[in-house]
Amino acid sequence: MDFFNRFAIPNPTPTIYASMVAIALTVIAVIIGLTYFKKWGYLFREWLTTVDHKRIGIMYLISALLMLFRGGVDAIMMRAQTAVPENTFLNAAEYNEVFTTHGVVMIFFMAMAFIIALMNFVVPLQIGARDVAFPRLNLLSFWLYFVGAMLFNLSFVLGGSPNAGWTSYFPLAGTQFSESVGTNYYMWALQISGLGTLMTGINFIVTILKMRAPGMTLMKMPMFTWSALVTNIIIVFAFPVLTVTLLMGTFDRQFGTNFFTMTNGGDDMLWANLFWVWGHPEVYILILPAFGIYSEVIPTFTQRNLYGYKSMVLSMVIISLLSFMVWVHHFFTMGQGALTNSIFSFTTMLIAIPTGMKIFNWLLTIRKGKIRFTVPMLYSLGFIPLFTIGGVTGVMLAMASADYQYHNTMFLVAHFHNVIIPGVVFAMLAGLTYWWPKMFGFMLNEKIGKWAFWFISIGFCLAFFPMYISGLDGQARRMYTYSAETGFGVWNMISFIGAGMMAIGFIIIVYNIYYSIRYSPRNVGDDPWNARSLEWATHNPVPEYNFAVTPQVNSSEALWDAKKNGHKLFKGELKEIHMPNNSGLPVIMAVLFFVFGFSFVFSIWPGVILSGVGIFSSMAYQSYMKDRGKHISVEEIKETEAKFGGGKK
Amino acid sequence: MKELFPRKQVMGFVFSLILTAVAVTVYFFDMSFEVGSTILLVTAFVQAAVQLVVFMHAGETGDKKAIYTSTFYGLIIALVTVFGSLLTLVWAYY
Repeated sequence: MDFFNRFAIPNPTPTIYASMVAIALTVIAVIIGLTYFKKWGYLFREWLTTVDHKRIGIMYLISALLMLFRGGVDAIMMRAQTAVPENTFLNAAEYNEVFTTHGVVMIFFMAMAFIIALMNFVVPLQIGARDVAFPRLNLLSFWLYFVGAMLFNLSFVLGGSPNAGWTSYFPLAGTQFSESVGTNYYMWALQISGLGTLMTGINFIVTILKMRAPGMTLMKMPMFTWSALVTNIIIVFAFPVLTVTLLMGTFDRQFGTNFFTMTNGGDDMLWANLFWVWGHPEVYILILPAFGIYSEVIPTFTQRNLYGYKSMVLSMVIISLLSFMVWVHHFFTMGQGALTNSIFSFTTMLIAIPTGMKIFNWLLTIRKGKIRFTVPMLYSLGFIPLFTIGGVTGVMLAMASADYQYHNTMFLVAHFHNVIIPGVVFAMLAGLTYWWPKMFGFMLNEKIGKWAFWFISIGFCLAFFPMYISGLDGQARRMYTYSAETGFGVWNMISFIGAGMMAIGFIIIVYNIYYSIRYSPRNVGDDPWNARSLEWATHNPVPEYNFAVTPQVNSSEALWDAKKNGHKLFKGELKEIHMPNNSGLPVIMAVLFFVFGFSFVFSIWPGVILSGVGIFSSMAYQSYMKDRGKHISVEEIKETEAKFGGGKK
Repeated sequence: MKELFPRKQVMGFVFSLILTAVAVTVYFFDMSFEVGSTILLVTAFVQAAVQLVVFMHAGETGDKKAIYTSTFYGLIIALVTVFGSLLTLVWAYY
């Protein structure tokens, strides 16, 4: 029995047991459902083993939406707990686990997955490629992310969730203060999904640099592709730091090393330092693709060229460099003194300049434009003022001396939600609505979408603006309750109401998806938004090979040129198309990685060794495997093209 | 014959041997820690550059610009990270 004791959770409550039962029932229901409808073969052949970037993108998207709701429920629980003083809805231990899970799930498993979903789907189409450079690696990236996310979610019912915050600072995260295996889960779930992200980074840099359509020079790439390139460069330089930091954390917790301890020559501040060396670039990994999405949506719905293309590119490159030079602003109060703080204060404020350039470029794009108030455009218009408020409070936080007042208060929480929600989440929802017809062949209902936008925007303002006030009044973050005399009660109640409105907004989005699947017309054409870039030049939904004939490009708005300036996109004859084969190996490797991570979390060494051998064997097998891909013949292409409404354009 | 003689590689090889010899002097001569580490650091970086350019042919293909851009980008980020961390964790406390 000793063996099984380790799987017990440290703070059992009826809620957790109920969730265990619910999870078990859901899994059983899914298995029975798949078996009953005989969908196992379809699922495995068409989706789980696919190397098609579009399908991988959609799998990322579904996972990201699931994680959005997981993290959203955590958020509602936190707001409910703090809505009134001295609340007992959650106890301190549960609250710690909930805010840790909320942060990790939202950053790593929701936001990262969401941007990679859109990048996967859109970038190859925007550059006129047939797939990414390494299609099988792409599938492996997805699976590593997915098992990382599942491993993390498992912590809730087996062994206990991590509870040291999403930043997992040592010594709190060390074995002395975090005895349960929760933080081991944190280390391994992020390690595994982080490897996946790193592979995505390499994959997309190569794809964008090597596989662009003829005529598309770097300065003629659509802006979303530019943002994806810069983002992936940041990923490649930042994620190795996370990998090493997590490994050092694992060694400290499981093998008794002293990297981050307070004795024996360890330095607990080293964790904070290394974590943010990765962590601050990570912020820009999230926001730059969001900027890219706005740069696609705004020109489309104002019918104007993107203002200042070159300065948009330049500002992103500058941001990517500066993002590596500001990390110390996350711990100004750690004690490194005035000189160091001044240096990092300065570099932090510098970032406001390229970001400001972008804001003005968007405003000047909108100026004199024929604005169409569609759902993606509404999110973009909401983004500009709300994100600017977040940016301005960011500059306030950048002042090191003033930061002593703001540090670790709700003011900070308000600030980063103020940049992440109008910045990243609005962009994700805008991008989702904008590219939805390209993904699924029909539009999301505009009217219901607008309701969702207003609920989410107003809910956002109500939920987070009060935190600025209560934070300045001294309410610390991560406190599970407070007394009535503090006067924080009213602000937190408003915040809870706002969170409720946001929840309603997201439920409306789910309803919108359901409604549109049932009632939306299917004959929307290839270019329903009257858009400008190349992804809209192919059919709806996109055939497996993306473009029957490789497009010729002579500007960043190739489709607009074709529509308005008589540019001919598709020259040349149909030729045989060479495409990659599907592969089951990434699925197998993902299972092995899951076993590896799980065994490591609980220090079950035979499991670690066996799955480790399995992982390396799969890698060797992959290396020596000969797979020449498959060819789609001209007849097949003609057949497919005819089905989509006659020959090439 | 002149075209066939790999002059650049031979010179590079001799130069990297000299760099190694200079680095070895740190062991044989009695010098302070600061002077010794400075010599080691400088020779190490020059050595790495020689290897990259002469023997790994960094500048000889069409990718020349991309290779140098990414190398310098990586170098800048690495230096900023190392010196920033030193500034934050060590030097700030003297």
